[in-house]
Amino acid sequence: MSFIDQIRKAPRNPQGLSGGKAQGPEQDPAQGLTLEPELQRVLENYRLSVHAWSEAAYHRPRRPAEAARPRKAWRLAAAWTLGIALVAGGVSGGVFERQHRQELARMAAQREADRQKQLVAERAREEEELLARVDSDVSRQVPSAMEPLAQLMLDDDKQ
Amino acid sequence: MAAGNTFDLMSMATPEDIAAQEFSSVAASYRPQIFRFLLASTRDVDLAETLTQDCLLKAHRNWAGFRGESNVMTWLMRIAINLQKDHWRNRRMQFWRRTQTNSVDVDLAGEWLPSGDGSAEQHMLAKERVAQVWKSVEGLSERQRTVFLLRFVEEQELSEIANATGLSEGTVKAHLSRAVARVRHELGGRR
Repeated sequence: MSFIDQIRKAPRNPQGLSGGKAQGPEQDPAQGLTLEPELQRVLENYRLSVHAWSEAAYHRPRRPAEAARPRKAWRLAAAWTLGIALVAGGVSGGVFERQHRQELARMAAQREADRQKQLVAERAREEEELLARVDSDVSRQVPSAMEPLAQLMLDDDKQ
Repeated sequence: MAAGNTFDLMSMATPEDIAAQEFSSVAASYRPQIFRFLLASTRDVDLAETLTQDCLLKAHRNWAGFRGESNVMTWLMRIAINLQKDHWRNRRMQFWRRTQTNSVDVDLAGEWLPSGDGSAEQHMLAKERVAQVWKSVEGLSERQRTVFLLRFVEEQELSEIANATGLSEGTVKAHLSRAVARVRHELGGRR
């Protein structure tokens, strides 16, 4: 049997939206569901309302495709623009942040280098001063080797 | 002479032409049903139309691979359900979009109820009840709603629903039972 025959032979509701047979909820006890008559009636009404709405929507006049296209194109363009702006903003923000951090790191390294240089200079100066002080102290404290003789010479002159 | 020409044309038809004719007939037959299911499920006319088109396009592409192991309707319904699932998945990702563009007002849903033979009061009451069902179906989970609509709107058997959704019959029955319990509860009946 071809598919066409299959369709022609056993469609449930093939030619229309509201041509379904009025079964369904009544058969549900066989499907393992027990429905009260009131609920069955409400569900049947629900089915009819869906069918009626669907039929009305199916046969409503279609909008021309051209009318919808510019709006879609406009939306697409807006979405792309927004997307590109977001990406560009994100990238430039990232680059700026990275550069800012690099600048901060460079400044911190410079400050550290200056501080080290200053420390080294200060230490060198302190050492120099210490050596100078030691030199002057040593030159003052060590007795001259000729001092006793000079003293004797002074005593002789007095006499 | 004319009959001879027709015979010549038919004999010249390629298997592709025959398949195209078959598919065209299938699409014409089942399109309203697919549309109705998608409309009831999405409640958005434009979206239902788009998904119906996508469903038939996908079916057309895979028509050669359809072996007839299941009913054509079940096969088409399965494609429609998968498309709908994909749509909701994408919609969840695209949360900034408007949720529904041309959706139905649930409060007015009862207005679609055809006028019956009862009194005006009975008709009003029926409309109210139908609007309540619309509202409660909206609150069902995606799977429960699918099963509920296939059963009570499309009047499919459990086995057909199981084939279309790819679930076992037991699971279908469980979802259906929960959906009915919820609708019943919303209507103010027993759980």
